[in-house]
Amino acid sequence: MTARPWWKTILGVVLTAIMLFPVYWMVNVSLTPTGELRKTQWFPVHPTLEGFESALSQQLPSLGTSLVVGAGCVLLTVVVAAPAGYALAILNLRGGRALNFLLLVAQMIPAVVMAMGFYAIYVRLGMLNTVWGLIIADSTIAVPFGVLLYTTFMAGIPRELMQAAHIDGAGAWRTFTKIVLPVSRNSTLTVALFAFLWAWSDFIFASTLNRSGEFVPITLGIYQYIGNNTTQWNAIMATAVVASLPAAILLVVAQRYVAAGVTAGAVKD
Amino acid sequence: MTTTSVDTTGRASHGSAAGPGPAAPAPGARRRQPRGTARQWTAFGFAAPLIAYLLVFYAYPLWRNVELSVHDYTVRAFVQGDPEFAGFSKYAEVFGSGSFGTAVVNTALFTVVSIVFQYSIGLALAVFFRGNFRLSGVLRALFLVPWLLPLIVSSSTWAWMLNSENGIVNSVIEAFGGEQINWLTSPDTALIAVIIANIWLGIPFNLVILYAGLQQVPPELYEAASLDGASARAQFWHITLPLLRPVSAITLLLGFIYTLKVVDVIWIMTTGGPGNASLTLAVWSYREAFGTGQPDFSPAAAIGNLLIVIALVFGFVHLRVQRIGGRS
Repeated sequence: MTARPWWKTILGVVLTAIMLFPVYWMVNVSLTPTGELRKTQWFPVHPTLEGFESALSQQLPSLGTSLVVGAGCVLLTVVVAAPAGYALAILNLRGGRALNFLLLVAQMIPAVVMAMGFYAIYVRLGMLNTVWGLIIADSTIAVPFGVLLYTTFMAGIPRELMQAAHIDGAGAWRTFTKIVLPVSRNSTLTVALFAFLWAWSDFIFASTLNRSGEFVPITLGIYQYIGNNTTQWNAIMATAVVASLPAAILLVVAQRYVAAGVTAGAVKD
Repeated sequence: MTTTSVDTTGRASHGSAAGPGPAAPAPGARRRQPRGTARQWTAFGFAAPLIAYLLVFYAYPLWRNVELSVHDYTVRAFVQGDPEFAGFSKYAEVFGSGSFGTAVVNTALFTVVSIVFQYSIGLALAVFFRGNFRLSGVLRALFLVPWLLPLIVSSSTWAWMLNSENGIVNSVIEAFGGEQINWLTSPDTALIAVIIANIWLGIPFNLVILYAGLQQVPPELYEAASLDGASARAQFWHITLPLLRPVSAITLLLGFIYTLKVVDVIWIMTTGGPGNASLTLAVWSYREAFGTGQPDFSPAAAIGNLLIVIALVFGFVHLRVQRIGGRS
């Protein structure tokens, strides 16, 4: 073991502190009483929960909506992406390369373009301002990523595993559900995690397809908050803190999967 | 346990193939044709949800978007569904608009400046974190936080930090004797403000990918270089940077594509203003379609399609470069 360079740890802590300063500032402002917002205070000297109280009293329903949208998006993404990964990586689907290429292209399409297309379609179908419509639109961010991630992982599953199942008389469906899916558990977790986070964080689809809906997600809740009362920044920041919780929890619980997802060429708008 | 048993079955199946059964395996790809087609149908069945999904939820919205751009869609035409065909006049309108030049220049500045800083800071941090030290894992994880936060959260936090009267940034500047800067409300600084926020947002992504790329560089190279007396700086220029080239190319390309389509950050902080000071193509498209009381979908769709073309051109360039790189 070589000597551990302490100066590096210290420098690392300083750099991280600089990087995370905006996050700290958000928490700091959220705890500041309304009357003291105009003074700059480096620490919440008189911490108060009034920001959180008014945030929660108004934003609880939108938190629920975001949870539902996130969960629906995870489900839709996994159901579409996992079998497709199996077809591409293991069953050697003809035209698989072309499909892979299409998925890469799909990730390049700006969300605002998709939003306009969906808007035009939803107007006709009466799907504007519905939770379902938002789930579908949000899933378009995650599905291409999910398929590519599953394909990459499944291509690495030892062929012997599948051959053994084949000899035991298992069909493609049984092989998929009994062997491939359980082995790919980590990929499923990564895909689910990102599908949830992206749906939870989405602003563009929410602000275009679900503007005046009865159930608006939390991102839109914050946005409308900013528009309504620009003076009550402690409440806005409190809502922002609450909206960041899923990300924080997932980072602590599932950091491994987060890193895996980013390096898989993760996409974020 | 399981792996060994699997290995034996795998070997056993190979053994039987060489036996009296279906003859030699390797060149017999064509012999498996009948089973091959059945297999193809199965494969297609598994891919069917995705194919249907892409057709209905990707191709169709994109088609609608093209349709929007070549018709004259007003709100009334939207509801009644009888827009007038406009050909490429909406595109001409966009190109001829006074905002077009500004939006193109802003888009170029926003993407290039953002990427240059995101990449160089990300790379510096990746090199720094490469040498494992106490807490390095935890700190690296914390660096991911900005990337995971909803964009509306980080953007509104930055908006408040850069607020003219009450923002922390200005109060620090004033504490050092500087003058108050109207970050978000002055046409001179609005673009700089959104670029700063966007750089901050992109650093984690660059750090993680470049760090993963660094892990692939064999440590022996550095050891050999140190033995030869190469300085840290020389090691960086002659080992790290050249070996990181493929990863860098991907990082820069992805960064470019993501930055090109950024709407949230700019919209939440400045709505592209004041005036057109921080207007990019993507934000312009959003503003025309959804940002004003009077939605104007046709030009918005035209701008959107232009963005897709730009992204695709760079995507193809990247693929070509990658192919050439792969051959050498």
